[in-house]
Amino acid sequence: MNQFNTFLASFKNLTTAGYLFYGLGLITLISAISVVTAKNPIHSVLALIFTFFCLTGHYMLLNAQFLAIVNIIVYAGAIMVLFLFAIMFLNLKEEDEEAKTNVTKMAAVIVGGVLMVLLLSIFNYAPVGTYNPASFDAKTGLVERLGIVLYSDYILPFELASILFLVAMVGAVMLGKREAGDPHF
Amino acid sequence: MTLAERMYLPAILGGLGITIRHFFMKKPTIQYPEVKRYLGPIFRGHHVLKRDEQGRERCTACGLCAVACPAEAISMVAAERKKGEEALYREEKYAAVYEINMLRCIFCGLCEEACPKQAVYLRHDRMVPVFTERDQVIYGKDRLVEKLDDRYIRNNPDAQATPTEPTLSRSVG
Amino acid sequence: MELTVLVIKSLVILAVFGITLLIATYSTYAERKVAAFLQDRIGPNRAGPFGLLQPIADAGKMFFKEDFIPAQANKWLFILGPCLAMLTALMSSAVIPFGDSIRYGSFEVPVQGIDVNVGVLYVFGVVSLGVYGVMIGGWASNNKFSLLGAIRAASQNISYEVALGLSIIAILMMTGSLSLRHIVNEQNGFFQWNVFTQPLGFVIFLTCAFAECNRTPFDLPECETELVGGYHTEYSSMKLGFYLFAEYINMFTSSAIISTLYFGGFQYPFMHQVHDALVDSLGSTVGHNIATGIGTAVLFGKIFFFIFFFMWVRWTIPRFRFDQLMNLGWKTLIPLSILNVVLTGAGLLFDKFKYATWLIVIVMIIMAATNAIKAPRRKPVTVPQL
Repeated sequence: MNQFNTFLASFKNLTTAGYLFYGLGLITLISAISVVTAKNPIHSVLALIFTFFCLTGHYMLLNAQFLAIVNIIVYAGAIMVLFLFAIMFLNLKEEDEEAKTNVTKMAAVIVGGVLMVLLLSIFNYAPVGTYNPASFDAKTGLVERLGIVLYSDYILPFELASILFLVAMVGAVMLGKREAGDPHF
Repeated sequence: MTLAERMYLPAILGGLGITIRHFFMKKPTIQYPEVKRYLGPIFRGHHVLKRDEQGRERCTACGLCAVACPAEAISMVAAERKKGEEALYREEKYAAVYEINMLRCIFCGLCEEACPKQAVYLRHDRMVPVFTERDQVIYGKDRLVEKLDDRYIRNNPDAQATPTEPTLSRSVG
Repeated sequence: MELTVLVIKSLVILAVFGITLLIATYSTYAERKVAAFLQDRIGPNRAGPFGLLQPIADAGKMFFKEDFIPAQANKWLFILGPCLAMLTALMSSAVIPFGDSIRYGSFEVPVQGIDVNVGVLYVFGVVSLGVYGVMIGGWASNNKFSLLGAIRAASQNISYEVALGLSIIAILMMTGSLSLRHIVNEQNGFFQWNVFTQPLGFVIFLTCAFAECNRTPFDLPECETELVGGYHTEYSSMKLGFYLFAEYINMFTSSAIISTLYFGGFQYPFMHQVHDALVDSLGSTVGHNIATGIGTAVLFGKIFFFIFFFMWVRWTIPRFRFDQLMNLGWKTLIPLSILNVVLTGAGLLFDKFKYATWLIVIVMIIMAATNAIKAPRRKPVTVPQL
């Protein structure tokens, strides 16, 4: 109770960004929960897209403009469109009873619970990064800095990631390739 | 296809050239209600019930036009001419009511051909105006009979030669 | 001090918003007029002088039509679709620099909604969201034609976004910044305009812009002959109006972006001389503001030309088939834009030479010409005598 009171007291002398953070965090949590709870897959996907928007807002609050926009372009703009694309082709009217048996429900609860315990314990022990307000540079997240860091200190992981993408692309092409005997659509 | 054709661009540029030439061409449009185009001497437009040279109505309410009408647009009520009405009606019988339903009329001109008295004509210079209400559709004698100050004369030298269309100048006994 | 800047800024944003809507409104009129003139007609001329009140009459008609929601449709998503389309269409004009800056007392306020240093990416982000309005609307209609139209729109937009993004990278490499204002300022001098340094990139970008706006020749999502009305088959009244309106707003925005990226934005030849002369004769505040106004007018001239070009192409070229569309996007435009990036990079590394991509253009023209000469002459088609 005492902690809650101190939390309320700290709430009174927040900056505008602080209020924005809490409001945005609340919306993020609500939309993230509704991703899981929504009955209709389309609503679920839309809630996920909305969650990505909220995350973009968090990046904006951190002044990481490049990450914010790239989050929109890549996740909300491309990946989620493909998600929606695939789900729209499903026949949602048909009740799929097999997926709702008690066994699957229990398995889902156990897996989810284990995952939560795991995550909580990781968060408990993981070192949380701190920053020094005096030496903090607001321009850290801007695109020029990011580019310099990416192409100097992290050049090897960056290039390895691009090779990974290349391999994935080649694999997709191989899978999609029409073989000699395949029917011609 | 050659490479140039597969690049689409030369063909697209050619097409754009053609359309932009049309952009600056003179437009053949006629601004209809303000400017009307001459539709020819044999156009079949607004009906008119002719009067003769002395201003008497020619129609004798024989009903041949109503019989000839394929759309059954014409209806009339005949009446006998009284004494003293000789200046109004040429024949001893006349049409007391003469109505054309303009929704039914197909402007075929068969009434014009059927009339033995050269009484009904379809004007070549005037169209039936657009109507928006149902009570504007049926044209009575007030709108069909030729006005004395607005006589209708068809200037049609070609039509004179055809036997089916008598001229106005020909006197009918 | 803060307040004055805020007021000017909000005035600029309101003006951008209003001008976007106004231009989109009159684009519908212009579209009908241009279509008419290209087809030897006159076009709308009854509502007001030269038919100038026609868009208002159309909007009035749209508002008074029955607002119909199909019984089996998903009601909220059905309403959300056109709203999203309109929202994303209006958002993208925020980062376009419409002019240099307005001086007011000691402040200097740029004529631009927001000057973020990721302007180009912002435009991309908003453009990639534009497809949601179409997809959600098409799916929520619970109509197979609508769904097919929405799916087509999504696949077309995703495919052409790739080539669109790749064609810009060459410009970003030359400018070294993602800010649209930097890109404009980099293009001072007529032959510095990116259309002269990046001819191939310009053609690719233009084609992709047509595809992104769902305009003919790439208007497959609303292809009447195959899909009734496409994704807006079930829509009526102002919801349909929003979809159609969003298309015209997109057209305006992409014209503005083409002018900004490739045609120097608010730059025009001898701009600095004009600016200096105005500042000398009218003082540093008034003269500067008038020079900014001229620049804005020049930008709008370019924008209007591209809007006209969009319409001109629409009424000239027939619609592509869907496989042709995909072949063009994936097999032609993307490889070409990658080649463009590589060659531009090579030119920049080798003595900062910006005009390297002309090489591709020249090689392509020579190849096309030799190919056309070598190709066997087609015999004229003769009709067999009966």
